[in-house]
Amino acid sequence: MALEVTQILLNAQSIDAATRNHAEESLKQIQEQNLSAFLLSLSAELANNNKPIESRKLAGLILKNALDAKELHRKNDLAQRWLSLDLATKTQIKTSLLQTFSSPVSDARSTAAQVIAKVAGIELPHNQWPELIGSLLSNIHQVETHVKQATLETLGYVCEEVDPQVVDQEQVNRILTAVVQGMNATETSSDVRLAATRALYNALGFAQANFTNDMERDYIMRVVCEATQSSDVKIRQAAFECLVAISSTYYEKLAPYMQDIFNITSKAVREDEEPVALQAIEFWSSICDEEIDILDDYRSEYTGDSDVPCFYFIKQALPALVPMLLETLLKQEEDQDQDEGAWNIAMAGGTCLGLVARTVGDEIVPLVMPFIEENISKPDWRGREAATYAFGSILDGPSPGKLAPIVNVALNFMLAALSRDPNNHVKDTTAWTLGRIFEFLHGAAVETSVITQENCQQILTVLLQSMKDVPNVAEKACGALYFLAQGYEDEGSVSPLTPFFQDIFQMLLFVTHREDATESNLRTSAYEALNEVVRCSNDETAPIVMQLIPVIMLELHQTVEAQKLTSDERDKQNDLQGLLCGCLQVIIQKMGSIEGSKYAFMQYADQIMDLLLKVFASRNATVHEEAMLAIGALAYTAGPNFAKYMPQFYQYLEMGLQNFEEYQICAITVGVVGDLCRALEDKILPYCDGIMTQLLKNLSSNQLHRSVKPPIFSCFGDIALAIGENFEKYLVYAMPMLQSAAELSAHAVSQDDEMLEYTNQLRNGILEAYSGILQGFKSSPKTQALVPYAAHVLQFIDTMYGGREMDDAVMKSALGVLGDLADTLGSHVGPLISQSSSSKDLIEECMVYDDPLIRESAEWAKLAINRAVSG
Amino acid sequence: MAPPPDHRRPIKRAAISDQQRRREVALRLQADRRSDAQNRARQLASSVLSLGPEPATEPEVEPEQEMSEASGQLAGRSDLDPVRAARLRGPEVRKWFARQLLLPEWMVDVPPSLDRDWYVFPRPSGKRCFVVSSNGTTISRLRNGSILHRFPSNLPNGARTKDVSGPASSYSILDCIFHEPDETYYVIDMVCWRGYSLYDCTAEFRFFWLNSKLSETGASDPPSQYHRYRFNVVQIYECNLAGLQASYSGQVPYVKDGLLFFNKHAHYQAGNTPLALVWKDNVCSQYVLDTDSKGQIPSQQQVVLELQNDGNLTTSDDPPVALGSLSRDLIAQSGLRVGNLVRVAIKDERMRLVDGKLDLGELQLVGKTNHSRAFADTYSKVLFQHAARHAPLRIEDLVASIQSNSSMDNSQALDVEMEG
Repeated sequence: MALEVTQILLNAQSIDAATRNHAEESLKQIQEQNLSAFLLSLSAELANNNKPIESRKLAGLILKNALDAKELHRKNDLAQRWLSLDLATKTQIKTSLLQTFSSPVSDARSTAAQVIAKVAGIELPHNQWPELIGSLLSNIHQVETHVKQATLETLGYVCEEVDPQVVDQEQVNRILTAVVQGMNATETSSDVRLAATRALYNALGFAQANFTNDMERDYIMRVVCEATQSSDVKIRQAAFECLVAISSTYYEKLAPYMQDIFNITSKAVREDEEPVALQAIEFWSSICDEEIDILDDYRSEYTGDSDVPCFYFIKQALPALVPMLLETLLKQEEDQDQDEGAWNIAMAGGTCLGLVARTVGDEIVPLVMPFIEENISKPDWRGREAATYAFGSILDGPSPGKLAPIVNVALNFMLAALSRDPNNHVKDTTAWTLGRIFEFLHGAAVETSVITQENCQQILTVLLQSMKDVPNVAEKACGALYFLAQGYEDEGSVSPLTPFFQDIFQMLLFVTHREDATESNLRTSAYEALNEVVRCSNDETAPIVMQLIPVIMLELHQTVEAQKLTSDERDKQNDLQGLLCGCLQVIIQKMGSIEGSKYAFMQYADQIMDLLLKVFASRNATVHEEAMLAIGALAYTAGPNFAKYMPQFYQYLEMGLQNFEEYQICAITVGVVGDLCRALEDKILPYCDGIMTQLLKNLSSNQLHRSVKPPIFSCFGDIALAIGENFEKYLVYAMPMLQSAAELSAHAVSQDDEMLEYTNQLRNGILEAYSGILQGFKSSPKTQALVPYAAHVLQFIDTMYGGREMDDAVMKSALGVLGDLADTLGSHVGPLISQSSSSKDLIEECMVYDDPLIRESAEWAKLAINRAVSG
Repeated sequence: MAPPPDHRRPIKRAAISDQQRRREVALRLQADRRSDAQNRARQLASSVLSLGPEPATEPEVEPEQEMSEASGQLAGRSDLDPVRAARLRGPEVRKWFARQLLLPEWMVDVPPSLDRDWYVFPRPSGKRCFVVSSNGTTISRLRNGSILHRFPSNLPNGARTKDVSGPASSYSILDCIFHEPDETYYVIDMVCWRGYSLYDCTAEFRFFWLNSKLSETGASDPPSQYHRYRFNVVQIYECNLAGLQASYSGQVPYVKDGLLFFNKHAHYQAGNTPLALVWKDNVCSQYVLDTDSKGQIPSQQQVVLELQNDGNLTTSDDPPVALGSLSRDLIAQSGLRVGNLVRVAIKDERMRLVDGKLDLGELQLVGKTNHSRAFADTYSKVLFQHAARHAPLRIEDLVASIQSNSSMDNSQALDVEMEG
C-alpha cells in the first residue's frame, strides 16, 4: 500500500515557492491521513535504487524527523507514536532500511544508517529489535566494502543514540571487535577504515570493561595510534578525535601510552594539516581539563579528595610541551581578529598554553619568559603578537607573587604598544593582555595589586584613547576597562576611578554611537564596561551615575519610537534595547543600594516604568528578559510604592508566565514575582489569583522546560510569605502539587550529575515553598489548616535524608523547614517531629558541619523543635 | 576557518557575557533576599519576649516623669525586641529591661525531687545584668535597666569586626553576673543566641546551648582591644549529693554568694519564679542577712515594699501580696506617693500566718528607698530573711532531702520490678 511520493518529495525541494509550499502541504496531509502508509512509503522510497537521490534523501530525512526531536516532550511523544504503530509496519520499514545498505549510492546508505540509529534509540531500551546488532554484525564479513562501510557507520550512530546500559557486554565486545578490526591498517578500503574510526569515537563510552582489560586496551590504543599515521587525512583527524575522547573518558588508563602520544601529537602539531594539528592540540587541552578538575577536587575544602588520582601528565611533559605550543603561536593568520568565529593553530595553541598555566601554575613562567623576551621587539608583527599572546595566556594560574614583578616591568611596555604599535593584531592582543592583567592581578582578592593610584591614571588615558581605534582593538580596550573597574567594586569611597567617572562615561557613550559599533561586538562591549563602572560607583560618584539615567532613557525612548524598520534594522534595534534595559537594570540596582541616592533615583521611577512597559511591546526574547530583570530591580528598590504600577504591568507579568517557548523569560518572570512579593508584601494580594492560576498551570504542563519548575515552587513560598494566611485558599491546589513533586524527587534515582543537580534544585524549591507557607501562617488563627500536611513534609525530609544525596543548599532548606514546622505548628507537631529520624540525626550531624550557614540552620531547627517539644 | 569545538572556549573570548552575569546577579540577589525574608520571619516570632500578663495594678513610676501615652503603650508591649526596646527613652527602656530578667525566689523549703529535677551552682557575687550584643556593640544593663557597660566583645555581633555568619542586626542576650574583683561576666543563663530566642526552651537545653555555643565565639578569651571583658560560664551541677557538695564547698574563681537552683524543665520566665531558687548560709555567702541603706545589718529585719493607693504595702510578686499598711496620716506626713518603695522595719518579729497569709504585724517606716531601686522585696525573700534570723533552712536539710529522695527512688524501682 505504498504511496507514490517521489514527485511530491522532489517538488518539496523546488526553487519555486508555490510548488514547494504545495508539496509540503501534501506531505503533511498524507501524514495526517495515514501515518503508517506515509512512513512505509518513505522507507520504500529510500530503499529504492531506481529513485532519484534527492527524493531518497528527503524521504530519509522526513523519516528521521518523524522519530526524533530536540525538545524533550516532543521527543517522547514521537517515540511513543512509533512504539504504538503495528508490528508489521515497523518490521517492513526496518527491513527496507537494512536493505538500503546494499545501495551503491553512499548518501542513501548514510541516511538509512541515521534512521536505523533513531529506531534503535527508541526500541532497544524497550527490549525490542534485539536482533538488530546481530544482523548488523553479520554484515561485517560481507565482501562488498560499501555494505561494510554502511554497517560500521550505523554501529557508530547506534552507539551515539543508545545508552551503554541497554547493550549487554557480550554484544559490546562484538561491536568493538568489529569496529577495531575495521580500523586496522590491514583494512584496505579507506572508506571502511574511516567509518570504523568514526564508529569507535561513538563506541568508546561502551568500552568501560574493555579498557580495564590490559590486553584489550593495549590493542585498541595501538590501532588508534596507528590510524593517526594513515595516509588519509580524514582518518588521521578521526583517529585524533578518538584520542581526545579517550583522554577525557579514560584519563586514568593513559599512563603507559603518554610517551607515544606525545611523539605522535607533537609531530602532528608541527607537520600535519590544520584539522589534524588542531585535534592534536585539543588532546593536550583535554588532559589539562582533566587535571584541573582533579586538582580542584584536591584543593576543595569539603571533600579534599578525588575519585581519580592526578597523574601529573602535563607537569611531566612540560619541558617539551611548552616549546611545542609556543611554536604554534607564530602561525597566526592575517585578519584572524576580525573574524569572531575564527579558530586556527595559533589560537588553539594559546588556548592550550593558558590551560597548561592553570594546571601547573608557577612552573610555566620560566619556560615562557625567554620566548617573550626574544620576540616582543621583533620587527615582524608575528613575533610581537605571539610574545604578547604567550604572556597574556599564562596570567591565570601562576601566583600573583610570581607574576607581579614581571607585570610591573611589562606594564609600561604594554601601554606603549597599545598606543603606538603599527600592527592591529599586536594592539588587539596587547589590549586583551592588559585586561587579563587587571582580571587576575588587581582587585580586593589580590594582596598587592599591580595597579596603583599613580599608574591608574596613565592606564585609563591609554585605554580611553584606544577606544577610538579600529573596532576590534576598541572592543578589547572596553574589555580591559571592564576588568579594571571590576577590581574596584568593593573599594568603597577611595576608588582611584572616582576622578575619571565623567570622562569614562563620555567615552563609552561615544563608542556606543560609533558608526562601526556593530563590528567586533564593540557596542555590547562598551555597554558591558559601562555597567561595570556603574557597579563600582559609590556615594561620591552616584551623582554622576544619576546623570546617566536621562541619557540612557532618551536612547531607549528613541528605539521605542523608531518605526518602519527593515528586518535587519529591527534586529539591531532589539540588540540595542536589550543593552539599554540591561544598563538600566544595573543602574537601578546600584542606585537603590546606595542610601543617599535612592530618593533622588526614585524621581525617575515613573518615567523608567513607562519606557519599560513600551519595551514589552517588542516581541524579542532577549529584550523581554532584560526588561523583566530591570523591573524586578525597580520593584525591589521601590518597595510598596511599586503597587501603583501593577495595574499596567500585570498583563506583561502574566504574558511572561505564559511564555513556555522562550522558557528563559518564563523563569525570569517567576523570579520577578518573588521580587514583587518582597516589595509589595500583602499589596500583591489582588493579583495572586491570576499569578497562582498561571503558576499551577505551568507546573502541570509537560511542555514547560523543566528548569522553570523549581523556581515556581520557591515562588509559592515567596507568595505565601507575602500574603500570610490569605494563602489558605491556594493550599488545596498547591499542597497536592508539592506533595507529588516531593514524592517524585525524594525517590529520584539520579543517573548522572546533571540529573542529580536538577533533583536537588527541585527539592530545594519544594522546601522553600514549605518554609514560606509555614512562616506565612505563623501566629495566624488558621495555622491548624497546615497540621494535616506536617506528616508528609517530615516524611519527605526523612526520605531524602535516608537517600543521602542532598546537596548543601537542600540540607540547609530542609533544616529550615524542620524548624519552621516546629515554630509555626508548635505542640501540634511535637510528637510527630520527635519520631522523625531527620529531626534528630540530620540536625545533630549538621551541628558539626564546616559550613557556618548549615550549622546555623541546624541550630535554629534544634531550638525551634526544642521549644515545640517542651512547650 | 573552522570554528572551535563546542566545548573549547578560545582564550581570547570572554568566559561569560555581562548579560549572563546580570542574570546570575539577579538570581543571586533573589535567593539572598528570599533567605533574608525567611530569616526575618523566623526571628520575628521567636524573639517575642514572653512577659506574661500585665500586673493588674500597674504601679506608676515617679509621677514627675510623666510619660506620653503612646510611649507608655510601647513600654508595655510584649513583642518588642531588645534592640528596638533600647531605642525607647530613658525611664521606659529601664522599665522594659527591668521586666526581662528571671528572678529566682528564695528557698524557704526544699522542693521535692531536688536531685532529679534540679541543677545547682554557686552563685557569683556581683551585679546581676542582661548583656545584649548586636550591631557591633555589647551593652550590659542592670536589673533596673540602667547601663553598666557599653563595650566591644567576642559575642556574636558584639564588636565591629567581620563576623562569619548571620546578619549584623541579629542579637544575643545573656543573663550574667558581673563580678568586680576579676572584671568578668559570669554567664548564668542564655536567653537569645544569634537572633534565636531560647525563652521557650527548658533550662536543661539552655545550659547545654550556653556551654556549647559560648565557647565557639571566643567570648571566654582574655580581654583584648575588641573584647573588653571576659565571659565565663559557671560550672553547673546535677543537684545530687556530689553536685550539692561541690557547689557548697568547692573552690570557684569568684566570690560565692549562695547557691542557685534551676528546675531542669522550666522555661526562661521573666519575673519571679519558684522554678529557680536561691539559698544561702554563712558558709557560702558573706551576705546572708540584708543590710540597710548604710550597709549595716539592722537589729530588726527590714523589708522594702511598695505603697499602693489603698495604703497597703505590697511585695513585688505577681500578683502583689499585701504585708501590711500605712495609715493615711503617716503617708501624708511623710510625703509618700502611690508606687513609692518604702523601707519598713518589722517591730514585732513574731511573724504569724493568718489564713495562710503572712502577717508582719506592726510596721515601722524607716524611709523611702533610693531611685535606682526598681522593685520591692518578694514574699519569699521576706520569709527567707525572717527564717535566716530565726530558724534557717540549713545545708543539712538540703542533704537530707536529697538522701530521702534517693531512697524513695529505690523503693519505686522495686515496685516496678514487682509489678513486672
